[in-house]
Amino acid sequence: MDFNGSDTIPGPRTEDHLPHTAETAVKIVIVGGFGVGKTTMVGSVSDIRPLTTEETMTQAGIGVDDNYGSESKTATTVAMDFGRISITEKLVLYLFGTPGQERFWFLWNGLFEGALGAVVLVDTRRLEVSFDVMGRLEERGVPFVVAINSFPDAPRYPVEELRTALDLTPEIPIMDCDVRRRASSKDVLMTLMRFLHSIALSRALV
Amino acid sequence: MTPPRRKRREPKPPPPPQPQPQPPAPEPADGEAEPKNPERLYTVAGSEDGARAELDLVTLIVARDAPQMAASPEQAAVLRLCANPLSVAELSAYLNLPFSAMTVLITELITAELVQVRAPIVRRALPDRSLLEAVMHGLQRL
Ligand SMILES: Nc1nc2c(ncn2[C@@H]2O[C@H](COP(=O)(O)OP(=O)(O)O)[C@@H](O)[C@H]2O)c(=O)[nH]1
Ligand SMILES: [Mg+2]
Repeated sequence: MDFNGSDTIPGPRTEDHLPHTAETAVKIVIVGGFGVGKTTMVGSVSDIRPLTTEETMTQAGIGVDDNYGSESKTATTVAMDFGRISITEKLVLYLFGTPGQERFWFLWNGLFEGALGAVVLVDTRRLEVSFDVMGRLEERGVPFVVAINSFPDAPRYPVEELRTALDLTPEIPIMDCDVRRRASSKDVLMTLMRFLHSIALSRALV
Repeated sequence: MTPPRRKRREPKPPPPPQPQPQPPAPEPADGEAEPKNPERLYTVAGSEDGARAELDLVTLIVARDAPQMAASPEQAAVLRLCANPLSVAELSAYLNLPFSAMTVLITELITAELVQVRAPIVRRALPDRSLLEAVMHGLQRL
């Protein structure tokens, strides 16, 4: 991009500025297949218009091409939408909507390692798309909740049938949502936070 | 109609520890009493494609007090954007730069002492319950 015209580089609107007191940030990751509603969910709860960060990946999937301006035949661009919620004057929560394929995850340092937890968004028309994501989160020890984004023509299963099909332990919350609605997306995030809190409590007791 | 079935996986043992710089403690909120060069701790995991600070997507970057001498138009653009705290992810988005390129640019600014870094809170073995409660309270007000 042309930085000489940097006076014209768009930045946050004045009302989107974080206060100088903002000192810490936490993040939650929203994972799921293409079209499941990740970006919609980020947008419905974010204080700011959702933004996009990109990364470039070589076909081999090793190393990251820093010569982003130069020719690179094998480069693939992976995009991740995100939003922001100011929690207090000091604390900011970021939400990242992340592609389901794990080979993209390493492109962003500590995307999951540094996250409080994850929301796995599921479309019951394509349940199996979420299987690998859940397995990867389990392997990494990232706590997650499962949110079924209710598309009108999607099959509806009783929660216990889904729990069996997804092989989820009884404590992992499974809920329906409509991520186009702010209140519904907020419910999903609150459910994740309560789940994380219960994990923290139970660990404190042992 | 029965849904397809998955098989649960077990946690994997974490990969062998890599030498990771300790993130500095967050700076005091009043911004006045400034620890001496906290960014020094942010040095730089050697990698083939050059030195780069361990920056998270949600590491907050703040320009130090004006006036500042930016070495390049790119640097000037970053400094202008982070007059108020801004995450690495937001800088990457506004400047339309890949995340890795963004971290290289920010590493230069850290080295030149033109910006301050406010470390993110990462998930720990024992999560901080008061932090979780603060997030819950904040979300409840949405
Ligand atoms: N009916 C319905 N449509 C949705 C819902 N959530 C998202 N959509 C639509 O599904 C499409 C894909 O959503 P998007 O957020 O872009 O998916 P992403 O690829 O996971 O980021 C968009 O056209 C949304 O408007 C939902 O809860 N119900
Ligand atoms: Mg999307």
